[in-house]
Amino acid sequence: MLQRLEHVLGIENLTREQITFILDQSKPFQEFQRHPLKKLATLRGKTVALAFFEPSTRTRISFATAAARLGADTMNLQAESSSLKKGESLLDTVRTLEAMRPDGIVIRHSSSGAPHFVAERLEVPVLNAGDGTHEHPTQALLDALTIRDRKGKLEGLNVAILGDILHSRVARSDIQLFGKFGARITLCGPAMWVPRELESLGPNIRREPRIERALDEADVIIVLRVQTERMHEPALAAEEFILGYQLTSERLRLARPEALVLHPGPMIRGLEIDPVVADGAQSCVLEQVTNGLAVRMALLYHLVGGAPVDAPHPAKERSNAAD
Amino acid sequence: MRVVEKRQLLSAEEIGRTLQRLAHEIVEKSGGTKDLALIGVRRRGVPLSQRLASIIRTSSSVNVPVGTLDITLYRDDLSTVAHQPVVQSNEIEFPVDDRDIVLVDDVLYTGRTVRAAMNGLFDLGRPRRIRLCVLIDRGHRELPVEATFVGSTIQTSDTEIVEVRLQEIDGEERVMLVDRIS
Repeated sequence: MLQRLEHVLGIENLTREQITFILDQSKPFQEFQRHPLKKLATLRGKTVALAFFEPSTRTRISFATAAARLGADTMNLQAESSSLKKGESLLDTVRTLEAMRPDGIVIRHSSSGAPHFVAERLEVPVLNAGDGTHEHPTQALLDALTIRDRKGKLEGLNVAILGDILHSRVARSDIQLFGKFGARITLCGPAMWVPRELESLGPNIRREPRIERALDEADVIIVLRVQTERMHEPALAAEEFILGYQLTSERLRLARPEALVLHPGPMIRGLEIDPVVADGAQSCVLEQVTNGLAVRMALLYHLVGGAPVDAPHPAKERSNAAD
Repeated sequence: MRVVEKRQLLSAEEIGRTLQRLAHEIVEKSGGTKDLALIGVRRRGVPLSQRLASIIRTSSSVNVPVGTLDITLYRDDLSTVAHQPVVQSNEIEFPVDDRDIVLVDDVLYTGRTVRAAMNGLFDLGRPRRIRLCVLIDRGHRELPVEATFVGSTIQTSDTEIVEVRLQEIDGEERVMLVDRIS
């Protein structure tokens, strides 16, 4: 019996079955993106608050488009991240959202745990669009969908994650997700960005400072962006990073022949990734974007749609309504 | 919710004969099969549409394309149920524009499923014509919807349910009338 989804705050709280369910439910929405007319009335009359307290273009547009294609209205909140004490600014956030009575809240915040804070205080479904350095669950889900489509499965893969892993919530969500499917995960980047504690995030994780060894036998390579806005210590010189950690064509050849290259975006061509690789046959970056829309539509459909919790379940009522 | 079986409406043979007749009617009343296409409404409209296409292929040597339509996203009752129903993909490999489409479903009742199916089709293109083929018409329409091709018309009451059981989905083949008991 699948536990009903109420919020999506992180991959860490999702079971393997729930993740599989979300990916399966994303498939009809992938097909939907090919319709001539991309407008449903499924969530008509519902309002989704897009509360982005950290700058975002891609994720925000993706969620906004997903909501619009489902027929929902959106409330666009774009606030600068507050430098006030964490507790106070979050409480204000919650009160503001509550006053507008949305049917769902998509939240991105610079504080890890902000979506959980909101979910505990409101009776509204909450979708985490990225919280601090904690998680970015929809990114991991769209990564998983992309990989599952190309590889046919998620189990037992060798996944290499490259770059600034310390500051990456995408990396943490990916590690959680692929760990649940029995992946062997290799973390590779400059030492200060790949601390030992990350190995304890899952059963089969190792650090490997040399990229050539990290890529050996890899089925999937996730290239992370250099997070200049999240770094407080002096940045690594670009030339040093490129020399040690850029994913070039030659380095890509060290991985398995059909290895997939993923990047959460935006890419800095010539820094963490060689443009030839970014545009090559093994690169999945554009599919990731399309799949992001499908995943977000599936999540909004299941979380925001429907009546209050005590309404009847259609499958439990036998009738001549469509099954 | 508990139900009790009241009586059988169609046996396996009767279903078979009805589908034969419906398939022939569809060909006769289409003025040519060039643009004809069958689209089965999930779930039980799907095996019915496939069987109809197969009969048409065997008897008229015409390959009528068949597709599958999932209407979950187009239902008008989603705001009344707490758990969103599971969505499935359509499977329509041919363009819908200018097609002479016959929608196929097992039971015609309120007409809301058909309304949703038409919305789904219009999102895919602009058919030249849409007609409806059902195995059973049980009355109680709540919308102005009619079927051109009807296997059998049956008078029913509000508490009754017409259960079409097909081999492909239910592992048996018959149509039953059941009643809800409180």
